Amino acid sequence: MTATLTKPPVDVPAEPEQPRRKRSTGSFLNWVATHAIGLALGLMFATPVVFVFLTAVMSDNQAFTADLWPREWHWENFVEVFDKAPLFQYLVNSLTYSLLATLGMLISSIPAAYALAKLKWRGRNVAFILVIGAMMLPPQVVAVPLYDTWSSLGLTGSLVPLIAPYFLFDAFSIFLLRQFMLTIPQSYVDAARVDGCSEFQALVRIIVPMAKPGIAATALFCFLFTWNDYFGPLLYTGEVKDQWTLSLALATFKGMHIVQWNSSMAVTFLTMIPAVVLFVFAQKSFVKGITFTGVKG
Amino acid sequence: MTATLGARPAPGRGRARARHRLAVLGFMAPAIIGFVLFFLYPLIATVVFSFTKYDLINAPEFTGLDNYTFMFKDPLLIKAITNTLWFVVVLTIARTVFALGVASVIARLKTGVGLIRTLCYLPSLAPPVAATLVFFMVMRPNGGPLDTFLGWFGVDAPLFFSDPAWAKPGITAIMLWISGDLMIIILAAILDVPQEQYEAAELDGAGPVRRWWHVTLPTISPVLLFGIVNSVILALQLFTQAVVAGSAGSGAADATGSTKYLGFPDNSTLTFPVYLYTQGFRYFDMGYAAAMATVLFVISFAVTIVLVQRMRKNSTAEEGGPGA
Repeated sequence: MTATLTKPPVDVPAEPEQPRRKRSTGSFLNWVATHAIGLALGLMFATPVVFVFLTAVMSDNQAFTADLWPREWHWENFVEVFDKAPLFQYLVNSLTYSLLATLGMLISSIPAAYALAKLKWRGRNVAFILVIGAMMLPPQVVAVPLYDTWSSLGLTGSLVPLIAPYFLFDAFSIFLLRQFMLTIPQSYVDAARVDGCSEFQALVRIIVPMAKPGIAATALFCFLFTWNDYFGPLLYTGEVKDQWTLSLALATFKGMHIVQWNSSMAVTFLTMIPAVVLFVFAQKSFVKGITFTGVKG
Repeated sequence: MTATLGARPAPGRGRARARHRLAVLGFMAPAIIGFVLFFLYPLIATVVFSFTKYDLINAPEFTGLDNYTFMFKDPLLIKAITNTLWFVVVLTIARTVFALGVASVIARLKTGVGLIRTLCYLPSLAPPVAATLVFFMVMRPNGGPLDTFLGWFGVDAPLFFSDPAWAKPGITAIMLWISGDLMIIILAAILDVPQEQYEAAELDGAGPVRRWWHVTLPTISPVLLFGIVNSVILALQLFTQAVVAGSAGSGAADATGSTKYLGFPDNSTLTFPVYLYTQGFRYFDMGYAAAMATVLFVISFAVTIVLVQRMRKNSTAEEGGPGA
């Protein structure tokens, strides 16, 4: 049991191996039943998005009805929503937040994770527990003094309070990167030191190249977390419309265009695309990263 | 020869140690500064603010325990605590059981694993605002897809996000739809169960159900505990889905300017964090919000300790374990 927990998670195998058994009618029926349930589950998860898409391409009038299938396909709905709200501006804001935060996270978290995973020092365990504590802390707990500080600096109403912390400290990323770095054998680090590498060189030349999959996964999670963030943008940019991110704008878009199901579903669909695209290109990193947060957590 | 080793570190070694210390400090410096600025300081300040009356404009005014005693007289706070407790109990159980169920089915599949795993996982990556609107549309009364589907069986869909009795179950449904991350974690744990254990159980004549109950469940129990703790934390923090469901349900035109939608319908979606946000950032009663934040901190701290204890137990077991 413990061995399972220490083992670096293997890529989830495509097919769990089962001992070969005689084919009997019983096991065949079992196979059919299991796969029918599996397929039903897959469809259950997919159908809500299918309906969102089908509603998004309906005409204004039809989206109002109980029809499930569009009579005409209004592809232009996806374009017209850009006229109904400054979506392009929100997209730029979202990208600014997500990309800069991810960049800052990489600069600040990789060295910290290395120090926590591969260097021995007094207080290391305490530091790691503090990282976990920060990770578990609901963001609302520290919101009052932080808002107070940012507001006295005159920076509320901008994306700065959202982005700046990532250049110093992001608990979840430090945690995840440390877990990845633990799986790199210590002997590589020791060998680098014997060869006369400084700690910094060991990090840049040995650890970073070896931890690339882990770094990629952490960057993906950081990008998606900030892209999906609602509380942060609501708190700091809620009053300043031209600083809104897509997530924040989407929540309002529904309110403003309540009757137009097709427009609001078109925007909803558009905001989900980045996650799907990232997943398609980096499926392995996602699955690996997610497994790490739990199994080693 | 050996004596000199123990007696005094060679000069070169001392320098190496200093360099090592400097490296640790250099690597940790941003994190330490960030932790102090964005966690330690605000945590202390929250507790300090909680004993004051503060509106962000005038200087904080010390009011002792007023904010805390007021809590007992605030019916909305009691409502918010009840709502959050509802989620802590129902959401935690539903999410863990659901994720375990789906993962157990996927683990038994022999073809199409990749596709079905992807379909179950993808919704968890969607922005929570989008996921909430997806369900708001699918579950809408009068012609929504779910309403139409249930209509084929002669059942009327409940008024999910406008009936106080159904708003929380509606939000729970959203949370289950986006629980794919926990599913993947549990699935990986199930696939990691050593095959020999199943074979041994099979030789003893255990069928698939008994093998799952007696082999799979006990082996993955640490991961299930993680799932429970993780779900409790999620329930304590529930904010986005509650706010968006409330604003969409009430039809509020301006999600940032008005407060009438918060908790809609009939305060049934007013969770503890939503109420904290309302008091602090809508009514600018920062002192009261800080008092609520202190309470939330104490509770999440207790939950975090459970998780840290569990990790401690695992890491000591790791060090002593033969398989490590």
